[in-house]
Amino acid sequence: MSLLLQAGWTAPEGALHGTTSWLQAVVDGLCELSSRDALTGLNNRRQFEAAIAREVDRVARIGEPALLLLADIDHFKRVNDTHGHAAGDVVIRAVAECLQDCVRPMDLVARVGGEEFAIILPNCPPAFGQAVSERIRQKVAAKTAVIVGGQPLSVTVSIGGAFAPPWVRSSAALWSERADQQLYRAKSEGRNRTCLDMPPLTVVSAEEKGLLFAGLTQSDLTEPSGSGDPMPKTTE
Amino acid sequence: MMESMTAPAPQATTTTTRLARTVAITSGKGGVGKTFFSANLAAALTRQGMKVLVLDADLGLANLDVVLNLYPKITLHDVFTGKAELEEAILPAPGGFSVLLAGSGLVEYSRLTPEVRDQLSTIFEAVKPRFDVILIDTGAGISDVVLYAVSMAQEVIVVATPEPTSMTDAYATIKVLASQQSREQLHLVVNQVTRQGDGRAICNQLQQVVERFVQGANGSFPKLSFLGDIPLDPSVRDAVQKRQLLLELHPGSAAAQGVVQVATRLQARG
Repeated sequence: MSLLLQAGWTAPEGALHGTTSWLQAVVDGLCELSSRDALTGLNNRRQFEAAIAREVDRVARIGEPALLLLADIDHFKRVNDTHGHAAGDVVIRAVAECLQDCVRPMDLVARVGGEEFAIILPNCPPAFGQAVSERIRQKVAAKTAVIVGGQPLSVTVSIGGAFAPPWVRSSAALWSERADQQLYRAKSEGRNRTCLDMPPLTVVSAEEKGLLFAGLTQSDLTEPSGSGDPMPKTTE
Repeated sequence: MMESMTAPAPQATTTTTRLARTVAITSGKGGVGKTFFSANLAAALTRQGMKVLVLDADLGLANLDVVLNLYPKITLHDVFTGKAELEEAILPAPGGFSVLLAGSGLVEYSRLTPEVRDQLSTIFEAVKPRFDVILIDTGAGISDVVLYAVSMAQEVIVVATPEPTSMTDAYATIKVLASQQSREQLHLVVNQVTRQGDGRAICNQLQQVVERFVQGANGSFPKLSFLGDIPLDPSVRDAVQKRQLLLELHPGSAAAQGVVQVATRLQARG
């Protein structure tokens, strides 16, 4: 009870202590509490794991593209060491708020580690993946978290992402691992950047087109010339 | 006459586990004669002694019925909605093969919902033991329905024409199938060629670009198996307009011979 009250829970109006409706409200409150991250109010790791498992199932069945982004605050240890842990908490809250503001209501933002966040974007076509992750990165970089003492401080995030393979019964672990590899890449390539594991390209580049027609000029193909064998005539 | 009297008993009575060879026919670009080719290939394979079914998987905008001049009362749509049994929807087509028609304009199936997907695969599994070859005629483009229909088949024939747009789309299709479905080999048929040898040249050209730019899921590039070209032939237009099979209307035409050769090569590479 003290946990609930501390989290700002209040009994619904008219629900007397000990009645069924009061008990239901307590259960609801506890469920809510167990799915939230205490510092940021985002979904916590438990909630994220349930959501990603559901999403893997959904993508396998419906074949819609879904994107998983992992965002990690750059040089967070430096913030803590230089400005103290209270400042670190303010930064984490500011980033959390920023991430939540950047996405659609259907997307799920979760805090999955100390300074690490995950975003599940259902029905996100690969063509938009880069745009959305880049927008998130820029918003975070542009946001200033005001820390105790009035000193303005801003941070950046590195983002790694991967698309779930449609119609394939994959696993949350494999999907997360691919996103995690991209996050590692973003970090090692200098931070404050986004790296996505794109699904296989379906685009034909100008270079490919050029090579496709390199040996065959159209006049070769469409105008029978003396050099080629003429097609046999219709026998009828 | 003697042949039919001494012919062995139907395979179904001797072997129950043999499943049909399944071949998807796709093109990327529409209007390359894909459905026309599917129907005539089915007729050619039937003449070579195969028991053939053509499954019309062009669910959004099917026109196998138009090519074959069939106006079925029962289509896949009725099977999907439970109004008819699968048996009733398998129809005899003019060339001696069987067809399972989608019926035109089934807009509700132009998107691959889980229901469409499950129904397609259920139907597919049910017909597999009953034929030697199943040809899946897919729609144009590389939409999810097309890709799913192709994914059901063991083999793929990509149909292209010498037109640059068709070649580009055929290439895009090959690229997608190699990377998303890990296809290691794809058959190629070039339709509407104006000179003998053009089909082979186009195949070589495609193979060259594939080797340079396409990487399958297993790291190697897919091999194109050239099945032949079909010449641009006025008798094709005639057959299409009369809604008859080219192989029946103009069996001696260059295009018909091209289709027969494709069927022979396909059999040889089975």
